[in-house]
Amino acid sequence: MRIIVENVAYTYKAGSPFEAQALKDINLTIEPGEFVGLIGHTGSGKSTLVQHLNGLLLPTEGNVYVGDLDVVSNKGNLRQIRQRVGLVFQYPEHQLFEETVFNDVAFGPKNLGLEPGEIERRVKRALEMVRLDYETIKDRSPFALSGGQMRRVAIAGVLAMEPQILILDEPTAGLDPTGRDEILEEIAKMHSTLGITVVLVSHNMEDVARYANRVIVMDQGQIAMDGSPREIFSQVDQLQSLGLGVPMVGVLMAKLNSLGHNLRGDILTVEEASNEILMWLRGKKDA
Amino acid sequence: MLKDITIGQYIPGNSIVHRLDPRTKITVAMIFMIALFTVNNAVGYISMGVFTALAIFLSQIPFHYLLRGLRPILIIIIFTVTLHLFLTPGTEIWRWGVLKITWEGVIQGFFMGMRLVFLIFITSLLTLTTSPISLTDGMEYMLAPGKRIGIPAHELAMMMSIALRFIPTLLEETEKIMKAQMARGADFESGNLLRRAKNMIPLLVPLFVSAFRRADDLAMAMEARCYRGGTGRTRMKELHLYTRDYLAMSFLILFAIYAIFTRML
Amino acid sequence: MIQVSELEHCYNQGTENAKWAVAGVNLTIKDGEFVVIIGHNGSGKSTLAKHFNALLLPTKGSVLVDGFDTGAEESVWEIRRRVGMVFQNPDNQLVATTVEEDVAFGPENLGLPPQEIRNRVDEALDLVRMTDFKTREPHLLSGGQKQRVAIAGVIAMRPNFLVLDEPTAMLDPQGRKEVISTVQNLNKTEGLGVVHITHYMDEAVNADRVIVMEDGKIVLEGKPREVFAQVSKLKELRMDVPQMTELASLLRQRGVDLPKDILSVEEMVKSLCG
Repeated sequence: MRIIVENVAYTYKAGSPFEAQALKDINLTIEPGEFVGLIGHTGSGKSTLVQHLNGLLLPTEGNVYVGDLDVVSNKGNLRQIRQRVGLVFQYPEHQLFEETVFNDVAFGPKNLGLEPGEIERRVKRALEMVRLDYETIKDRSPFALSGGQMRRVAIAGVLAMEPQILILDEPTAGLDPTGRDEILEEIAKMHSTLGITVVLVSHNMEDVARYANRVIVMDQGQIAMDGSPREIFSQVDQLQSLGLGVPMVGVLMAKLNSLGHNLRGDILTVEEASNEILMWLRGKKDA
Repeated sequence: MLKDITIGQYIPGNSIVHRLDPRTKITVAMIFMIALFTVNNAVGYISMGVFTALAIFLSQIPFHYLLRGLRPILIIIIFTVTLHLFLTPGTEIWRWGVLKITWEGVIQGFFMGMRLVFLIFITSLLTLTTSPISLTDGMEYMLAPGKRIGIPAHELAMMMSIALRFIPTLLEETEKIMKAQMARGADFESGNLLRRAKNMIPLLVPLFVSAFRRADDLAMAMEARCYRGGTGRTRMKELHLYTRDYLAMSFLILFAIYAIFTRML
Repeated sequence: MIQVSELEHCYNQGTENAKWAVAGVNLTIKDGEFVVIIGHNGSGKSTLAKHFNALLLPTKGSVLVDGFDTGAEESVWEIRRRVGMVFQNPDNQLVATTVEEDVAFGPENLGLPPQEIRNRVDEALDLVRMTDFKTREPHLLSGGQKQRVAIAGVIAMRPNFLVLDEPTAMLDPQGRKEVISTVQNLNKTEGLGVVHITHYMDEAVNADRVIVMEDGKIVLEGKPREVFAQVSKLKELRMDVPQMTELASLLRQRGVDLPKDILSVEEMVKSLCG
């Protein structure tokens, strides 16, 4: 099931003295199975765009199609769209409210009007997906958990809706390196084993380079760049002119190439960089 | 977005009313209200009207803002006027069955209505020309003598100013929580009153939890900056009374005496 | 000078939830030093930091600030004037309705005369480059701007040390840059001692000294280059190593002769190309 964003524009507070255009003429198709990294500096429109994908915001112009449903004609009842497109906000643990973990994760399925048996199945599955032990955790209060556990419960709350597309806005915000790696590994696993389409909004270029298979760069309410991670991250100058960081290994390759050497410009990880540099050094020695 | 609401209804400006000390304005408003409730004849009410018009003129606040302030209590005004119209004994001028309107009723209704209108105008002027934080400062100074009888003036003022500071932040957070719950299928709009109240739980609980966390963090940050209550604290912006303040208050006192005097006419 | 001797701190002592967050730390921080304390969540770094200004008291051991003992109740306010602290959540530190009023909060608590407060506020706002925002309401500021105001609020009290407890954890890259450069500036130009707590290794690059904590103890200490060079130990401690340092380590493992302490792209390029 794909998402099609068609000629979408969005203006905050249209008609008032405070009006501000947050999105301009966005055209975008997200295919099933993609792992999209959505990057851009603060204020580029990433959050605004992402809130259009599940109808939390309705476009001022244009429309968004989620499979066969579109947000404009369904604006009275967006529940089905919100079941298909799961959205995890930044610091999702701030939405926890129930007395037990089970009840909080069940909130989404309950709102979908599912049978208790089905609800229980989904809660179990969702908690397993975030690597929490169902039996130990289901009756505990969400507020008695550690920060990392609370975040997982919150994410499970969205996974329990069994969306086909999962959007995560900075899921690693505030976590230390270990916490970050764990969450991203879990998301990558969901993507590869369950085929969930993922949209990852992030400021961390290294994470995006590592996990995404498509990178979309936003700038001032428009899509500035769209392509594979190798295509995008090799354009170091353009990314820097957009005020974005590039993984250090990318900067290194670009610098070496600017000095006249001949290395691959589309390196994404430290491992790839070490391989490439090793080959280059040995090539140099043999020459 | 909700956070763009400015605190209170304060409209910044440089009129003489704006520049009066908040204590002056609070005192003037209180004295005016007393005077307003002592007048009981045409001369009295007209004087009140003239004073109100003068205050509005000096404040340079556009009239439509003040009219907007009447909207919430329009019902009360109409209700009061109607009560007086129909229930004041005297010379009948209109009748329909049991209901009758008297000439005295018309006059009383009109006067009572005007009383409410002037009351609203003057209190609106107070909040329109004085920033919430100035009002809080003014009240802290005025309540300070009460410390001797146990009124925690500083603490009350600190609570008010922290509340004012966090209103936009909490509104912003409310919006975020609402969206997060809506993304999970929550519905905050449909249903009867009871249903809607129940649906607020996923909004209120996180908000409360976060408010307590904020309070904890803020208390720690305040203590780290050597806060220990009001004793020994000074203020960067101290309130000073100037000539215009003394003049305003003197004028009001004289006006109040005059108002009482009009009763004898 | 901050002197920490045999410091131990236990949360919930005597209950079944007892946890020794700090388990024996000895540390001296000199005036004007820029120290970065790194560790993952739970390593004890935040707990340690809160001892520097007596927000937490030692379970065992002692902390002395310019000779004042944090355990002595009568010294607490003097200690807090000398050691200012900025916290992780930018919003939950700002207490007033405008920027300048918030920066004035600290000096007001010290009972300074109004004109002196005014001068300090203007000076502090200038040092963090937020003078243009002085009448702005806090909720209209970005995260980085809020943290700079929080820093101004602390330096208006003219402390000897600025302790920052994960000040960038909730900020976007732009905000992080603003805060780090502000803090480095204050250290270089004003001679303010800085203790910066973080889990971002790249924020330690310009420190005078890096301290790595694990399980409530100091496990690595030294100049940034010395500490960063120990890539495998850092990975064991689950710390993020700057990409260049990790790359240098990988290449060295495969026989390339590179210095151990490469931190930046420029250094890597120089080492590779001569």
